[in-house]
Amino acid sequence: MEPILNVKNLTMNFGGLKALDNVNIAVEKGQIAALIGPNGAGKTTFFNCITGIYEPSEGHVEITPPGKPTQRLNGLKTNIVAEKGLARTFQNIRLFEGMTVLENVMIGRHCRLKSGIISAMLRPSAQKDEEQKAVSDSYRILEKIGLDKYVNEMAVNLPYGAQRRLEIARALATDPFLLLLDEPAAGMNPQETKELDELIIWLRDNEDLSILLIEHDMKLVMSLSDNIHVVDYGRKIAEGTPREVKSNSDVIKAYLGDDSEDA
Amino acid sequence: MVTKKEIKQSFFIALWFIVLTFPIMVIKINTIKHTVLFRWGNILWVGIAGFGASLVWNYFLRMKEEKKKTGVKDDIPVVHRLLQNEKFRNPFLAAVGVFFLAYPFIFPMYHTSIMITALVYVMLGLGLNIVVGLAGLLDLGYVAFYAVGAYAYALLNLHYGLSFWVVLPISAMLGAICGTMLGYPVLKLKGDYLAIVTLGFGEIIRIILENWDSFSNGPRGIPNIPAPSFFGYQFEQHASVVYIYFIVIALVLLTIFFVNRLENSRIGRAWIALRDDEIACQAMGIDKVKTKLTAFALGATWAALGGVVFAAKTSYINPMSFTIWESITILCVVVIGGMGSAIGVIAGALVLILVPEYLRAMAEYRMLVFGALQVIVMVFKPEGLIKSVRKTYKFEKVKE
Ligand SMILES: Nc1ncnc2c1ncn2[C@@H]1O[C@H](COP(=O)(O)OP(=O)(O)OP(=O)(O)O)[C@@H](O)[C@H]1O
Ligand SMILES: [Mg+2]
Repeated sequence: MEPILNVKNLTMNFGGLKALDNVNIAVEKGQIAALIGPNGAGKTTFFNCITGIYEPSEGHVEITPPGKPTQRLNGLKTNIVAEKGLARTFQNIRLFEGMTVLENVMIGRHCRLKSGIISAMLRPSAQKDEEQKAVSDSYRILEKIGLDKYVNEMAVNLPYGAQRRLEIARALATDPFLLLLDEPAAGMNPQETKELDELIIWLRDNEDLSILLIEHDMKLVMSLSDNIHVVDYGRKIAEGTPREVKSNSDVIKAYLGDDSEDA
Repeated sequence: MVTKKEIKQSFFIALWFIVLTFPIMVIKINTIKHTVLFRWGNILWVGIAGFGASLVWNYFLRMKEEKKKTGVKDDIPVVHRLLQNEKFRNPFLAAVGVFFLAYPFIFPMYHTSIMITALVYVMLGLGLNIVVGLAGLLDLGYVAFYAVGAYAYALLNLHYGLSFWVVLPISAMLGAICGTMLGYPVLKLKGDYLAIVTLGFGEIIRIILENWDSFSNGPRGIPNIPAPSFFGYQFEQHASVVYIYFIVIALVLLTIFFVNRLENSRIGRAWIALRDDEIACQAMGIDKVKTKLTAFALGATWAALGGVVFAAKTSYINPMSFTIWESITILCVVVIGGMGSAIGVIAGALVLILVPEYLRAMAEYRMLVFGALQVIVMVFKPEGLIKSVRKTYKFEKVKE
């Protein structure tokens, strides 16, 4: 079967800097895959390239959504990529601060709703039904993620860990088949991290999702992942199961060579 | 408690103000007699005022800091609390309704006329609020769309004899088209850059109107614009003002009604998302181009409608009514009233337009006062006089 995400020879140049150099990564359906590497390795850049925030200098990004033919993502606008079913979170939380928790999730529903200006002004029953459904769908998602108690709070007033979870809730609302999480555990305490671990597994098993996550918390990565991709200086240096990656000499070198990561 | 440090600081601020205002407060040049008069006494007054103002300023700053420390984050404005309270809401709205209905019959025509102006600004403010307050696009050329509406009525009436009621929907459409036309080239711009380009756009429209004689009659403007008719019946002057007053009231109500619905809709949420974080907004599947253009188009629509009413009310328009100052006044209404907050914008328009009209002495210093108000609001109440409050939803737990 085709992998649901297939990235071939992806290269991203920033001026003279090769942030990504010929990277190949494939994610299978139903997998939890991890993308790891030292700081500045190019992980976030990889996400930005597949979600259309950056246009890759070279390479192919292909997706095969469940039950649909393979298609290329290169050159598509970010919002179209989201519509195709790739949803992401951000390393530095990017919630909508002027909105409540529920509205943040409803923004995720946006691309699955239809009503336009005229129907917003006249509110025919179809629009009302759609709106009501969006509200209850979003609330349902908050319940799943365990944020329903905050529903009418302003998003900025949430504790840090809850904000990270809200980013996941918002991404889920776009009905993705692949969830891209950029350091979802960053800044979380051990208890929150444990809950996140459970949430990610639950999402894969119950929501029919595949997940690709970037993470520095090795304990989390090793316990969660089916498959790990390691990048360093924009190059992919290893791939395999947690066990394989842990004993890979290149990986050990990359991590030990970087003083911010060992310890 | 006033600390020693504050007194010292206030002293220097007073000194600074004396130096700063020396040329205007102390020196007086009489150009006819060619003499220079030094009014030394004024130094004292400036000093005392500066010293006092600085102390008061510090006092309020401290109050604000303390309030922040005690951690009341969600202080919902009183008006919102009243409106949320079922018991108050209906009597409150009824009282407001009765006041505005009775207004033109209680007060002389002059006051009605001023109120019309203020209400037109409510429309303009609510329209601009879509662009600036909700979508976060700083538009300094908003007056251009106001001009589009006013000239649409004046010219279509002059050349084709179209009536107020026919032009109203046409100008709304023209406004939307012009809004889109401005929006398209500035899609990639943000913040200051956007502000400068839109400012330029506003000026271009005014300069075109001033110089394209054969089209707009240049600086002489267009006179004899008819007041709206009532099913073909033309009122005499006084009744006509009252009639326009009620038309504006109706338009304002429509504006409030529609803008409120837009704000709490799929498209309104997209505007706010775009304002808060463009990248996250796109990553959630929102089309940036479409969302920006609808904001510009809808904002412009209300400006154009306001323009038609303005032309009908004054019966004479010329390009001087559509200068950059007009844009800035409308922007002040939005910012001081409360960005993104419809009630704030309404309050802002009424205060900022009515007060200078009645305090004629102040009218001359209008921009100075607006500027000072802006600073005060930005320091003490950055969300505006009445900040916006998002809708809250009620839920029952889903039982499985
Ligand atoms: N827009 C950009 N312009 C120029 N250089 C960039 C840009 N974005 C990223 N880079 C550079 O690309 C490299 C990879 O950055 P990236 O953010 O992808 O790293 P990362 O693996 O996500 O690191 P971290 O673990 O710290 O998040 C860095 O050297 C960074 O400075
Ligand atoms: Mg990163």
